[in-house]
Amino acid sequence: MPKLDDNATQSITKVIAASSLGTLIEWYDFYIFGSLAVIIGHQLFPSDAGASALINTLAIFAAGFIVRPFGALVFGRLGDLIGRKYTFLLTLVLMGGSTFLIGLIPSYSSIGYAAPILVLILRLVQGLALGGEYGGAATYVAEHAPPGKRGFFTSWIQTTATLGLFLSLGVIVGTKNILGAEAFADWGWRIPFLLSILLVGVSIYIRMKMHESPVFSKLKSEGKISANPLKESFQKKANFKMVLLALFGATMGQGVIWYTGQFYAQSFLENTCKLDFNESRYILLWAILFATPFFVVFGSWSDKVGRKWIMLSGMLLGIIFYRPIYQYFIDATNVEEFQKTELVSVSEPVISSEYIEDKADSVITSTVVKTLKSGGTFKEISVQTIHADKTLAAEEPKISFADVTLSSVTYWIIIGLVFFQVLLVTMVYGPIAAFLVELFPTQIRYTSMSLPYHIGNGVFGGLVPFIATLVASFQGSTPLSGLWYPIGIAALSFVIGAVYINNKGDSEVMD
Amino acid sequence: MSRPDALCLNLTIKNQENMNALKRILGILWIVLGPTIIIFLVMQAIEKIAAATEGIARTNTTLQWSIIIIIFIPICAALMIFGYYALKGEYDRLPQNSEEL
Repeated sequence: MPKLDDNATQSITKVIAASSLGTLIEWYDFYIFGSLAVIIGHQLFPSDAGASALINTLAIFAAGFIVRPFGALVFGRLGDLIGRKYTFLLTLVLMGGSTFLIGLIPSYSSIGYAAPILVLILRLVQGLALGGEYGGAATYVAEHAPPGKRGFFTSWIQTTATLGLFLSLGVIVGTKNILGAEAFADWGWRIPFLLSILLVGVSIYIRMKMHESPVFSKLKSEGKISANPLKESFQKKANFKMVLLALFGATMGQGVIWYTGQFYAQSFLENTCKLDFNESRYILLWAILFATPFFVVFGSWSDKVGRKWIMLSGMLLGIIFYRPIYQYFIDATNVEEFQKTELVSVSEPVISSEYIEDKADSVITSTVVKTLKSGGTFKEISVQTIHADKTLAAEEPKISFADVTLSSVTYWIIIGLVFFQVLLVTMVYGPIAAFLVELFPTQIRYTSMSLPYHIGNGVFGGLVPFIATLVASFQGSTPLSGLWYPIGIAALSFVIGAVYINNKGDSEVMD
Repeated sequence: MSRPDALCLNLTIKNQENMNALKRILGILWIVLGPTIIIFLVMQAIEKIAAATEGIARTNTTLQWSIIIIIFIPICAALMIFGYYALKGEYDRLPQNSEEL
């Protein structure tokens, strides 16, 4: 394996740091929306929209993912025409600007349906920008990296998506803890969006000082830049078939593994298992913290043993273990059952009533906090409607549970299980930038690798929370039904990848 | 070439031939899978939209399923093209460098 001298090491370190910081901020911008889906749903849609507000918010969230391939086409083309550096400076400005503006959008109660429409437009801009960003950063780092270390160097870029999510969760939990739950739900949720403008400013300053990729500069000086990268990528069968192979044999499965482990897990714990807002986020924060170094471990390892089987092993483990893991989440948070045998104390009820004017009915809500022998707590909420019309039969109170906190042992077991899912993410995602970079030639690399990456992650992966939540809401389905989507996609990708992809460890990218 | 080397080479060629045959046979599966997924999604959409109650719930369900179907139609078409290429033997040997692309 070739060794780098001190200057080269210093140079590549700067390249990685500058590229990674900008990409990390873009991921942060992109993920705060998903992490705040429930609160944003309440702000953007009518108060009586119920579960459909969450599904519609997730649909807006997913819209940002769906346009990522178009961003990849537009900015990928620019990157192959004018260079990597200026293209991803532009994407950074677009991303930061649109995130900042989301923080300023008035709520549904102020401007009605204009609120979700404006957010949808800004979300689309975010998706386009991210579509242009990632391919550029990965290409830029890979084209600076020496042969035999491409997996190792690009894996640092791969950590940014997870660290961006980590940063977004950290800022959200921190802001909520400082402001309190009520103020955060009312206006404090805007702060993580507004903060983005500062982070983007710093990143633009750093990126302005970067140089163009040496491989691209060489190509430019030799006059070999592609005149029409889009046409070359997708009209030339030899390139197009590799784009399809990259999509179906790698990025499609990688995308669903990523979004199941790092998004659906937290969404499932919060919405299905009714875990406390902070607790579900702390679990993911711990899991990400422990697992993130493995991006570099697997990226580096793929330089030695090849990319293919590391990525496919991550998919296979997800296919096998997702259902048992999520079944454990349900069993470990089944407070309805636990309270039959383990109830230790019940707090004084907090009772509130609401008068419904048009029917003259009253809705009485009673909330108690129950503590279990294991140390776990939860809220039991009882809602009963008292009809003014005495001819109507009295309704049974509707019981629901919320804000479940876990015993210490269960808490760490769940962290372990989410860690395992993020570990699978590091297996599929650590080597993939190097894999994609090596698949395509320099002239059309930005365009060609960006598209399968963003369809795999943006469309297949980004739709995991939306489709899984939708499937789980069908009549007759179980809470685990939503998992068939990521399991099915990962299985398809595993078969295609195993049969059609070569296990290349390293190859020339200077062509 | 020694006898064990020749045997080894023969075995490798045989494995490669079997692998290529598998790639082509699976190509048919991918061609069939594309339209099957679309038909399944359309049937699901019809069923779920019909089951939704009139009003906002039905509009939401229609919107949600429209998004899913619009997104997956081009992807399923791409899967069919992938299957067609596989059936034609385009993936029997992958290019090793840009010159071969």
